[in-house]
Amino acid sequence: MSTVITERHTTPDPESDGHRTVGDYTLAEPRITCRHVNVFYGDKQALFDINLDIGQREVIALIGPSGCGKSTFLRCLNRMNDIIEGCRVEGDIRLDDQDIYAKEMDPVLLRARVGMVFQKPNPFPKSIYDNVAYGPRIHGLAGNRTELDEIVETSLKRAGLWKEVKDRLDHPATGLSGGQQQRLCIARTIAVNPEVVLMDEPCSALDPIATATIEQLIDELRSRYTIVIVTHSMQQAARVSQRTAYFHMGRLIEVGKTTEIFTNPRHPLTEDYITGRFG
Amino acid sequence: MNKTLETVCSGLARRRRREIRFRWYGRIAIFVSLAFLALLITSIVARGYKAFWQTEIAIDVFLDPEELTPPTPEHLARADLAGLIKRSLRQMFPEVHDRRRKRALYRLVSSAAPYQLRDYVLAHPDRIGQTVRLWVLAGADVDLYKKGYIDPEMPASERRLKDYQIAWLRKLESEGRLVLRFNRWFLLNGDSREPEQAGIQVAFRGSLYMMLVTFALSFPLGIAAAIYLEEFAPRNNVWVDLIEININNLAAVPSIVFGLLGLAVFIGWFGLPRSTPLVGGLTLTLMTLPTVIIASRAALKAVPPSIRYAALGIGASRVQTVFHHVLPLAMPGMLTGAIIGMARALGETAPLLMIGMVAFIVDPPQSLLDPATALPVQIYLWADSPERGFVERTSAAIIVLLLFLGIMNLAAILLRKRLERRW
Ligand SMILES: Nc1ncnc2c1ncn2[C@@H]1O[C@H](COP(=O)(O)OP(=O)(O)O)[C@@H](O)[C@H]1O
Ligand SMILES: [Mg+2]
Repeated sequence: MSTVITERHTTPDPESDGHRTVGDYTLAEPRITCRHVNVFYGDKQALFDINLDIGQREVIALIGPSGCGKSTFLRCLNRMNDIIEGCRVEGDIRLDDQDIYAKEMDPVLLRARVGMVFQKPNPFPKSIYDNVAYGPRIHGLAGNRTELDEIVETSLKRAGLWKEVKDRLDHPATGLSGGQQQRLCIARTIAVNPEVVLMDEPCSALDPIATATIEQLIDELRSRYTIVIVTHSMQQAARVSQRTAYFHMGRLIEVGKTTEIFTNPRHPLTEDYITGRFG
Repeated sequence: MNKTLETVCSGLARRRRREIRFRWYGRIAIFVSLAFLALLITSIVARGYKAFWQTEIAIDVFLDPEELTPPTPEHLARADLAGLIKRSLRQMFPEVHDRRRKRALYRLVSSAAPYQLRDYVLAHPDRIGQTVRLWVLAGADVDLYKKGYIDPEMPASERRLKDYQIAWLRKLESEGRLVLRFNRWFLLNGDSREPEQAGIQVAFRGSLYMMLVTFALSFPLGIAAAIYLEEFAPRNNVWVDLIEININNLAAVPSIVFGLLGLAVFIGWFGLPRSTPLVGGLTLTLMTLPTVIIASRAALKAVPPSIRYAALGIGASRVQTVFHHVLPLAMPGMLTGAIIGMARALGETAPLLMIGMVAFIVDPPQSLLDPATALPVQIYLWADSPERGFVERTSAAIIVLLLFLGIMNLAAILLRKRLERRW
């Protein structure tokens, strides 16, 4: 794998000259590989030459000061940047060794494989059941009503919401509390059985107790899904993730095992951020 | 700290006064507009409500077998029905011999009376040979008298009814033969030269059909255009911008221009028949479409983007996102826009004049391709007629138009309430 990287380094981006990510961003068995990813909003470049592997069944946390491009990077992974006007993605991103920006890759299929949970809980203004069932319905995952019921139940169970809502599946989803709504959104995402779940600051709109519930949930989901989580809380990154990537002004500064990054940051910028000198 | 508090407190009273003053401005503004609305409606209702009642006279008609057999429509069309009515009037007032007075006597009943007699005979052929009491429409002047528009105390030369006519009417009244009844003719008849026979059926149907055509075309077209422009069209594209500008301009074009366009395109090029609700509806569609598009786009814009992200994020296509999630949320707003456009179209007169919907039409249209008028045009026509009966009917037609509008708005509100149950 690393030979491939050096080959592609023959055309380096002038902007990224002199910058190298600290730590080993490669993995032996990656699920997603990103190489030389540059993202532009119009003329403004938001990401500079990002190289990063994301493994199977791991939780990787993306941290960094706000505006450093964490969300932008996350959106590259399921092509949500496609719907942003003026956004251009360069570079090579592969999911299970398949180029996700290839012509023949259908973003609809990609987003079924790479689900996304957003910062603010955004349930559909429909019933709890319909929220979870929507994905399986449009993808035709359930042959009949019983199968659909099963999918809804498993998804809600995995999202740790089943006990709370099993008696009121036909109630409006918008009547749930913020934390429940976010877990519903997670259930909705995993109902289509994705390989990767992207989470963009999923707890930033929640209270500490709801946050703790979701963090525990993320830990449980790790056994089935690859999870990429953006967070502005270093404690959260430390609690839920195995690897951490630190972004700064559109560049990936440092990546490594979470324990190492937090106990022994190697790049001065990372150290400043982690010790709370800015951010 | 204390200093700050003092400064804040000193300004507090002024701030509160300003707030109270502003609230009063608002109340006064609302009061003034409501007062004008109330004034408008009461004046129209006061002038028009009597048109919903109509004087009818009971006459005893001998259903002469010689004249009326066989009782078929073809035969009755040739029979001297007016003669039978005149005969019964003469029998009711045997003292009248003078020719002039006889003519005045015949004018007590409307010229529609023979048709009422015909309808009666067709409905009851078994009564031929008997003398029956028939309620027929009174003449226009009798109606005015009964409704109190003619003052018997005025000098005879200044009123429309002579003393002897008033004496006849008093006699009829005392016998209970002169009665104000609900005026179904006003609702069932088409236009007429005689005010007592004129009705709004033609205009009402014309307006209804036009609204159906306009809604059936402008709502789906407008929504489709809005969805495309808002959800699918590329941003910052010269052509899209040009289309947007043109739609906004079209919404401001005077309606008579659309009338000219309708005349040239639908009647001139396509050769559709003049004066028909189809052409009227098409013309009003042209006028309504920009409004619907603009309102629908605003409704789509108001749907939070997070809903779109949620749907796209689990792999819904853009069309699925729009039709499953965005459209249901935008529907109430779109409906409001459509109704505003339709309400404007309903009251529109100028473009209809251009496409010939001002004709004098007696028979209610049976289809979109039969000539018709429209409510605002009928109002315009009647407002131009000098007869007292038409003055009343003008206001009555306005009442019908306002009711039409009210029902349309009510339907929209109910529909919106249903759609708006947004969980
Ligand atoms: N839709 C957009 N259009 C233009 N610029 C954007 C857009 N979204 C983000 N950016 C810019 O890209 C940079 C990275 O943003 P973002 O990825 O949202 O940062 P983060 O999530 O780390 O706070 C910021 O400078 C931001 O201003
Ligand atoms: Mg962000």
